[in-house]
Amino acid sequence: MNTQSNAMSEAFESQRAIPGVMAATRPLYWSVRRELWENRSLYIAPLAVAAVILFGFLINTIGLPHRLLDLWGLDPAEQRKHVALPYDMAAGLMMLTGMIVGAFYCLDALYGERRDRSILFWKSLPVSDLTAVLSKATIPLVILPAIIFSVTMATQWIMLMLNSAVFLAKGMSVVGLWSQVAFFQSSLLLLYHLYAVHALWHAPLYGWMLFVSSWARRAAILWATLPVIAIAALEKILFNTTHFVGFLGYRLAGGGEDAMTAPGNMPIDPTTHLTPLRFLGTPGLWMGLLFTGLCLLAAVRLRRSRGPI
Amino acid sequence: MPCIEARGLRKAFGTTIALDGINLRLEEGRILGLIGPNGAGKTTALNAILGLTPYQGELRVLGRDPWNERDLLMRDASFIADVAVLPRWMRVSQALDYVAGVHPRFDRAKADSFLARTSIHSNSKVKELSKGMVTQLHLALIMAIDAKLLVLDEPTLGLDILYRKQFYDSLLNDYFDRSRTIVVTTHQVEEIEHVLTDLMFIHHGRIVLNCTMDEFESRYVEVTVKPEHLAEARALKPIHERQALGRSILLFDGIERQRLAALGDVRTPSIADLFVAVMGSSAVPAQGAA
Repeated sequence: MNTQSNAMSEAFESQRAIPGVMAATRPLYWSVRRELWENRSLYIAPLAVAAVILFGFLINTIGLPHRLLDLWGLDPAEQRKHVALPYDMAAGLMMLTGMIVGAFYCLDALYGERRDRSILFWKSLPVSDLTAVLSKATIPLVILPAIIFSVTMATQWIMLMLNSAVFLAKGMSVVGLWSQVAFFQSSLLLLYHLYAVHALWHAPLYGWMLFVSSWARRAAILWATLPVIAIAALEKILFNTTHFVGFLGYRLAGGGEDAMTAPGNMPIDPTTHLTPLRFLGTPGLWMGLLFTGLCLLAAVRLRRSRGPI
Repeated sequence: MPCIEARGLRKAFGTTIALDGINLRLEEGRILGLIGPNGAGKTTALNAILGLTPYQGELRVLGRDPWNERDLLMRDASFIADVAVLPRWMRVSQALDYVAGVHPRFDRAKADSFLARTSIHSNSKVKELSKGMVTQLHLALIMAIDAKLLVLDEPTLGLDILYRKQFYDSLLNDYFDRSRTIVVTTHQVEEIEHVLTDLMFIHHGRIVLNCTMDEFESRYVEVTVKPEHLAEARALKPIHERQALGRSILLFDGIERQRLAALGDVRTPSIADLFVAVMGSSAVPAQGAA
């Protein structure tokens, strides 16, 4: 009697707790955390690259004031090239790291759980396949850009401190350095670039890789790349054209020119050079997002029916 | 509402028929042992019940359609597939955090108190634990979920006898109450014999025996027949006959115990004995079908 009423009130409690926003977002939140627990390379790889960059920068920066003295007579654009170039290179390297980490993550995300049979454990919990796939898509589209942004910012900040220390030690003013590096402007720029280009514009690449990882029975990386190479080769042999390669190149390297205007003179001013409206008006962006959606939907369906391999 | 209700459940992989029109009705509060040789369709049946595989025919589990509502079903049902499915990279504390995060019916304190009785550290990774400890961890997670249905597919595969015994003891003493339903498959039939309330044999995708344990005990009798009564005993049409230590042991279905007592030593067969009798003689596959 007592246990029965207990059970009933418990059932009532959980019934009340289940519906609503919590039911939708809690499993997603925990699934994203779970991805970060499993894939520590998502933040370890960028941190490792940052450490290498800082080491190289430290070696390089010791000789910098000396070289700058030689350049003092040159125009500011030329000076800037020498002072700010390492900062831009650091950001570029971090973004490249992000793309590589994201690609490897996506190719393993829905394949690894089937290979190690842990999918049977995940499926024994009340988390839908849609939530599972969305949590995995969240990593390259939301989390990874944030990680790359934070690590890049921290790296550049440490670089600036090192730079300033060397300058001050040599008795040089840091005002020019700080204005040329334009730390806060470039951070805004980086954040925008990461989400516009590396998340939204590259989304179909990640969507494709997630789809392949949900489908492949082995060697997901080959299934993701070989058909692409085959199509390009076939097009070249049959029609002697390279439209597909051009199309892929546009997807990989394009997008940036629509997201902002790159002026000849640096630094880019985020208040005038960002063109989000033009970016949002690019048909390629929306076609890409549509393709991403289709890939993710297919991945959801495949995850439901595919068991361990 | 029955816990599981299946009508004409079919599943084929190419030309291989894994489930050949299964009808099944399991009320709540039962412990069903699903027994069958390898490849009989046990795991396919469980996968269908858990929404892991599509099927033909009708199937309702706790009133839900498992294939289309797996995530909702898993609020009230849980399963242990076998010992090797807990992700190896995960820490014990992470497993607890995650299940507590996504499962509305998970009682963290209960899982913690169960783990406190083992030698598992919350900071250990699953890959650092022995096979037996991984099973204890999985059991701790599952037992802390207030589920109506628990499905166990070879839960003790590869464990030594101490862990196997402990597993079923924990399950019965700490988990099972009359409102929960458990479905279990295993090859170690003798270990779950005393636990079950219902028994089902499955062979070539069909149910060849389906009875409660009470029925089982009253229906089946095994007699170690005295040599002088052998012909008489055989005339009563035993479903199986085997030799042990020079004596003939005959298994009867539905013959009165007193009548058989005159022919030799009478006892209730083990499930394993009946299993061999039913599976071994393919000539009488439907002999015990209810």
